[in-house]
Amino acid sequence: MLLNVENLNIHFKSDKSSTPIHAVRDLSFKINKGEMLGVVGESGSGKSITNLALLGLLPDSALVTAKNLDFEGKKLLSLNELEWCQVRGREIAMIFQDPMTALNPFLTVEFQIVETIKAHLNLSNKEAINKAIELLNFVGIPSPKDRLKAYPFELSGGMAQRVMIAMAISTDPKLLIADEPTTALDVTIQKQILNLLKVLQEKNNMSIILVTHDLGVVGEYSDRLQVMYAGEVVEEGFTTEILKNPNHPYTEALLASRPGASAHLKRIPKTLLPSISGIVPAFHQRPLGCQFHPRCSYKTHECEQSIIELKDFVRCIHPCNQLSLK
Amino acid sequence: MSKLILPLLNVSNLNKNFEIKKIFKPIKTLKALSEVSFTLNTNETLGIVGESGCGKSTLAKVLTQLEKPSSGSIQIEGIEIPNLDPKEFHSTIQMVFQDPYQSLNPRKKAFDIIADPLRINTNKSENDIKELVLDMMKKVGLREEFKERYPHHFSGGQRQRLGIARALMLRPKILILDEPVSALDVSIQAQVLNLLLELQAEFSLSYLFITHDLSVVEHISDRILVMYLGRIVEYGPREQIFNNPKHPYTQLLLESAPKVLGGTNSKKDWNIITSEAPSALTLPKGCAFASRCNNKTPQCDLSIPELKDEGGRLVACFNAIKG
Repeated sequence: MLLNVENLNIHFKSDKSSTPIHAVRDLSFKINKGEMLGVVGESGSGKSITNLALLGLLPDSALVTAKNLDFEGKKLLSLNELEWCQVRGREIAMIFQDPMTALNPFLTVEFQIVETIKAHLNLSNKEAINKAIELLNFVGIPSPKDRLKAYPFELSGGMAQRVMIAMAISTDPKLLIADEPTTALDVTIQKQILNLLKVLQEKNNMSIILVTHDLGVVGEYSDRLQVMYAGEVVEEGFTTEILKNPNHPYTEALLASRPGASAHLKRIPKTLLPSISGIVPAFHQRPLGCQFHPRCSYKTHECEQSIIELKDFVRCIHPCNQLSLK
Repeated sequence: MSKLILPLLNVSNLNKNFEIKKIFKPIKTLKALSEVSFTLNTNETLGIVGESGCGKSTLAKVLTQLEKPSSGSIQIEGIEIPNLDPKEFHSTIQMVFQDPYQSLNPRKKAFDIIADPLRINTNKSENDIKELVLDMMKKVGLREEFKERYPHHFSGGQRQRLGIARALMLRPKILILDEPVSALDVSIQAQVLNLLLELQAEFSLSYLFITHDLSVVEHISDRILVMYLGRIVEYGPREQIFNNPKHPYTQLLLESAPKVLGGTNSKKDWNIITSEAPSALTLPKGCAFASRCNNKTPQCDLSIPELKDEGGRLVACFNAIKG
């Protein structure tokens, strides 16, 4: 096991309310070596905050507690800043959603990659440049030597994301967090980038957390899946099983509201889609009980009463497959 | 009599070139749109698909007269756009923008955002305007008490409803939707798509739906136009294009879209693929897609394929996929 997260809670101090805001509640998951975990959820579901917590990048106003937050036996919560520098970027690396804003527009690709390499590996300038060329070549950038001299604005979105990936994998991290790596990209480029991540996972035995809002992306690429809603995991398990037989009403409704004919739902074009009413609750307006109950079509009186615990990988007292058996 | 046969919107041979001027360098021409021709009928949705840089947004700008075309004609019910009275033009074509966070003035209240098109283009009294605005807010699913709120009080989906209400105030016949749902959360996308379908039926609207999301376009369109680097590569009815794409580019697009279940990618060798579209500034002499195409023949590098009829749809390819 590479990463073990047990009961991770993240609170934020807020001026608006006297009690801290509970952004992520009781999150537990494990990642094995060479595995790709997909995380789906809408904005405000706590996906990005969790990732930042895994990298120790949350601001001081955040209060992170966990029963266990182990990365290869290292207790991440007790690391000091110096120790974090050994982990962050070296063992756990991250690629961000928008490569154009994540790269520094004033610096060449060469400067930015070489800086990363030299910060973590004991290499001379020349060796670092050679390694950078090697990496750009690996991620599929044509004529990498010339590209080193380029500034980010001279690259296309797909190229810039490849540079980000090259930087992230330059230290051969054990865990790569990809936070919406293809949301800003075209479908054909998306496929290229995701295939590249899959090569890293399978051939280099890298573990990857793939965060996305696109069920199609996790469906094709991830091994296991975690569905998040309003700071909680509502369902987890093997990707194909969840997508075939969603147990949580939220997962089921998300799948049903996808337009277009997917493999198992034949839709008649130009008819109304089964949509989920309402919106994701804001941090400070989260309801009591089940977080999804105001929007859920199966809700009963019990759903509003108390916090629902994750049971048999589903956080619901009326899981869908049980309903269909009745 | 002849008026009945005329399509609502008829675009023919539209070209748009941008001149890129850099000091001490020769002027370069960027062909954003080349020989684009299509029609849009009443109560119909035409989906426009293509990757970034294919000219989708330029097309929207030219149609709304935010940019002047370099050549070609745009006719609304048989009348060339430059000959139309501006007020009449605005009450025929309206646009909904991609980003509901940037396309609404943050200093204006929801009511004023929706009312302004009427104040500018009509002589209606404030009382009439109020009635029309409240009626429209109800139709797009915004509660009446929201009228005093500013854009930042609204969620993304509600803002997009506001953008749609504003566009509909002059009762246009054509609505240009430039990626109207791509900035929204998945569970909100379906709500807005449903609203668009309901409004289309109610007002007999024609939509020009620009998007890069194939599943959305498959759901909402009657006909589809696929663009690649400023040119139409395939144009025809939805079923034909989705069930049996004939242009290799359309096929690549459809294959690349990830599928929830039973994807083509399951358990196979992952290849590192790197092909990318050439720059619009240095277009090749022949077919622009040739550098990424698997069916390429020597002819493809020599001349640009014309759009040809292939059983009810138009395809611009020398080696269109058979079957």
